[in-house]
Amino acid sequence: MDAFLLSRLQFAANISFHILFPTITIALGWLLLFFKLRFARSRDPKWMELYFYFTKVFALTFSLGVVTGVTMSFQFGTNWPGYMNTVGNIAGPLLAYEVLTAFFLEATFLGVMLYGFRRVPGWFHTLATFLVAGGTTFSAFWIVALDSWMQTPAGYTMIDGVAHAESWWAIVMNPSMPYRITHTLLSSGLTVAFLAAGLLAYRQLKGDTRPAVKSGLSCCLVLAFVLAPLQAIVGDFHGTNTRDHQPAKLAAMEALWETTEGAPLTLFALPDEDARENHFEVGIPKLGSLIATRDLNGKILGLNEFEGLHPPVAPVFWSFRVMVGVGTLMIAVASIGTYFLARRGGQPKWFLKVLLRMTFSGWVATLAGWYVTEIGRQPWLVYGVLKTEDAVADLPPSHVGITLTAYLIIYLALGVAYVGSLFYLARKAMEEAPQQIPA
Amino acid sequence: MNFDLLTQGEPLAFIFAFLIGLSMLLYAILDGYDLGVGMLSTIVDDADRDRMIASIGPFWDANETWLVLGVGLLLVAFPAAHGIVLTSLYFPVAIMLFGLIFRGVSFDFRRKVPLKRQAAWNRNFFIGSLVVALSQGYMVGRFMVGFKEGLFGQLFACFFGLLVVAGYLLMGACWLILKAEGPLQKRAVGWARIAIWAMVVGAILSSLTAPFVDTRIYDRMFSFPEITLLLAMPVISIMLTLFMHFILKKLPMENDRLAWMPLAISIAIFVLGFLGLVYSFYPYIIPGQLLIAEAAAAPESLKVILIGTAIVFPFLIGYTALAYWIFKGKASDLSYD
Repeated sequence: MDAFLLSRLQFAANISFHILFPTITIALGWLLLFFKLRFARSRDPKWMELYFYFTKVFALTFSLGVVTGVTMSFQFGTNWPGYMNTVGNIAGPLLAYEVLTAFFLEATFLGVMLYGFRRVPGWFHTLATFLVAGGTTFSAFWIVALDSWMQTPAGYTMIDGVAHAESWWAIVMNPSMPYRITHTLLSSGLTVAFLAAGLLAYRQLKGDTRPAVKSGLSCCLVLAFVLAPLQAIVGDFHGTNTRDHQPAKLAAMEALWETTEGAPLTLFALPDEDARENHFEVGIPKLGSLIATRDLNGKILGLNEFEGLHPPVAPVFWSFRVMVGVGTLMIAVASIGTYFLARRGGQPKWFLKVLLRMTFSGWVATLAGWYVTEIGRQPWLVYGVLKTEDAVADLPPSHVGITLTAYLIIYLALGVAYVGSLFYLARKAMEEAPQQIPA
Repeated sequence: MNFDLLTQGEPLAFIFAFLIGLSMLLYAILDGYDLGVGMLSTIVDDADRDRMIASIGPFWDANETWLVLGVGLLLVAFPAAHGIVLTSLYFPVAIMLFGLIFRGVSFDFRRKVPLKRQAAWNRNFFIGSLVVALSQGYMVGRFMVGFKEGLFGQLFACFFGLLVVAGYLLMGACWLILKAEGPLQKRAVGWARIAIWAMVVGAILSSLTAPFVDTRIYDRMFSFPEITLLLAMPVISIMLTLFMHFILKKLPMENDRLAWMPLAISIAIFVLGFLGLVYSFYPYIIPGQLLIAEAAAAPESLKVILIGTAIVFPFLIGYTALAYWIFKGKASDLSYD
């Protein structure tokens, strides 16, 4: 394999593993704040029990997010120097603002949040929790702004092959930013709702009858019930944005080779890039055009309009279907759960098992979604500005091969340890008496 | 020397070079003490280890962020230099990152896995801290000789690695003198006494190797009139070392008097060492290869960052100080599980 492919694989491995953790901490911070505020209002200790339990999950997840994120910040220099050389004037300030406004804030106040409970007044501890949640969200804002700019660049001029900023407002609020940040934050909310629901369902299945577990589970189900349909709507609008700004990506998502008016919604197909056609295609007539253009006979540009400049079709096509499939499943499960909650005030055992199986469904949907958008951007690194192959460092393939292998082994070990610890913490929380809260 | 080199070019480039230097210095001091504590954590029993790690628990993450900021600013302000540094140091960077990963997650895993696996994560915590310190020292050494290959180039970097390990151990021990009490504090005094002399040995070994790699550093140091000014630096360092040695003999004192002093002295030693280091290659951003003035990014982007930095920095300093104030005093009772 050549250094280009290996560097891409390494970046994909790094960022795929990294995103698993921020996508949890972003929303989990706000969930912790919610528990804290519920306690402040009701003085019911169950909310603090939930707060303390999920604080441990938060701390573990946060530390994995930090260390994998530090790795990312070095990757630009070690493997992709062409990226900063070409668009560093845009990417640099966005990354710097992330460090300055988010990283220090969340790191410092996480210390206060974890270790300061008995050292600071209650209101200050709540404030620290708020600042941690705000910090993680700020961080998401800057990094999604940069990613969106790479998808739909705006507010810049090219001088001698280097991008220079013209309008920072236009750069940050580039055409796909509002859709992407909403979609990303909602996916974090859903990931956390199902993660927390899964862990609490696990505790109930193991015989934990504490009120905290039941209340926590109810909160998560209601949260999922609200967010899952909302996410479908936001995702749909995000799709029309892609149609306008990245038609090649939309064509790959639908595996549509020829420009078509009244395109079908393809449910199943095996895209064949050599023959430039699909095998075993099953679709619903005209529905694709209706969704993407709001018109039964609307025109969708096909892949053949972008020959040589469109992404690999099959990975984008399938990732998109995985994301939508998991999203649909989430809507169904959240609806059933909320129904049980409303009618019976609790969940039957079989449904708890379903929730347990859905614990990491948010990860699957999140990764699939990122693959759609990032593989869908290829062959561009910055859409229409810089090709991925022109940014890679000239490294010996063996160098990249060695580090990639090491990363994969470490990530596998850490992933297993992380999931194992989540369930171990759940069992441990059942055995221990709830932490005493000072009056 | 050519004084034009010092001042020509975009002033923003020099402001950013200063900010990068400041971040790196703060990083070395702050993460230095928690990496030092990490390396020391292997030679104590479980109860002391918990106390030691509790003393750095609320701070380590923010400390590490200074590295992200320093490297980030280098990336932003001097993309060409960032590319050269990180591709030249491809493997050492990767090894440091593996160390940072293991050490960072061990803080949590060591308390959040079943009992029988906790020892393994304690070991990972120690190894991670050691690997980070060694690789950072090695990289600074490689950087200082402009990535020159050859036996002495490598030897210099290895000795510098040892110097940094000793320096971080000193920082860690001095931090513990401030934050620990009783027998642990007494042991920390002993560790500091060993570390300070280990540092001296590391400094001598790397100074002896340096001329075999590159005479530039020495030409720089021993040319007139710089030498008069520069002589002050080693003299002050030697005085500080002796003063530290003397103070450590007296500690711990009654009512914990002067427990802060060793940490203050080691910070002073770090600052001096850092200034000497910077002096040896300024105004280059990469020694012998790339000047600060040649390497800077576009001014409009740097201005945007500078404005942000100016606004955020007072807050950053403010809440960092607040965190240290909240967790002031002895750290024995810090935990959240």
